[in-house]
Amino acid sequence: MKLIDNGYSAPDRLDATFAALADPTRRAILGRLASGQASVAELAAPFAITQPAISKHLKVLEHAGLIARDRVAQRRPSRLHAVPLAAASQWLAEYRQFWESSFRNLDALLGEFKETSKKKKKHKHKKHGRSPQ
Amino acid sequence: MIYRESFRVSTPTDREIQVTRLFDAPHALVFDAFTKPELVRRWLLGPPGWTMPICEIDLKVGGEYRYIWSNEAKGNEMGMSGVFREIVSPKRIVATERFDESWYPGDALDTTVFVEEDGNTRMTITVLYDSMEARDTARRSGMERGMASSYDRPEELLSAMSESVI
Repeated sequence: MKLIDNGYSAPDRLDATFAALADPTRRAILGRLASGQASVAELAAPFAITQPAISKHLKVLEHAGLIARDRVAQRRPSRLHAVPLAAASQWLAEYRQFWESSFRNLDALLGEFKETSKKKKKHKHKKHGRSPQ
Repeated sequence: MIYRESFRVSTPTDREIQVTRLFDAPHALVFDAFTKPELVRRWLLGPPGWTMPICEIDLKVGGEYRYIWSNEAKGNEMGMSGVFREIVSPKRIVATERFDESWYPGDALDTTVFVEEDGNTRMTITVLYDSMEARDTARRSGMERGMASSYDRPEELLSAMSESVI
């Protein structure tokens, strides 16, 4: 199996990504980082939780490879790293898209059946109307 | 449109994936669309560009089904097959499923349920794997043949994730 960064195999990496994304606060942090890098204090501001709690979430995200943190700058800003996110998202996105597209085709097919059965009913009706003569 | 909006993909447990959708037709008709090969091959196609050159369904307990999809432009082919375990027409089908390209050696178990609600049909497919790892591996390897386009922007990724992961 192909190994990707941090020595994870692809499915292990995917597990780590999904586990990291299972928490709403962590998803909100990633949402914030999508618009640019931020320090722990900046990330903590919108939430009713402490900076140490935010730091714990950042560790989980960092372990999953979803963010990178600056080791040099004093404020250690975090940046989004979207590669594992893309792999995890692609998996579900493809599954969703397969079914979503298929079901639209099915809507059209079921619509055709309805039209056909309506026409048949009309046709029967006409025949019935004419038959007494 | 209520039918399109009723579509949900979820992971109810670590070992399952569930897809649900409402259709504008009675359940007998939806059941036919899911079990008659001449109908299945007209809609179970994913995004535009795919056809289903092989669609064989032997609808009886112990009977097999076999699907092969093809995308000429991409030069891709994808196959899937399984065996029917339970058939309660027009309400319920239980069958095994396995993608040809799966990296995972086992089968998954699909339970498809059709419930009629005021002339509409609520269809729910639940796919059960042996383990979470099996689910993620099998699904990834089976679907990664380019049946979908990917997201380019992180915001789109995140909104797709928050809709479907939990």
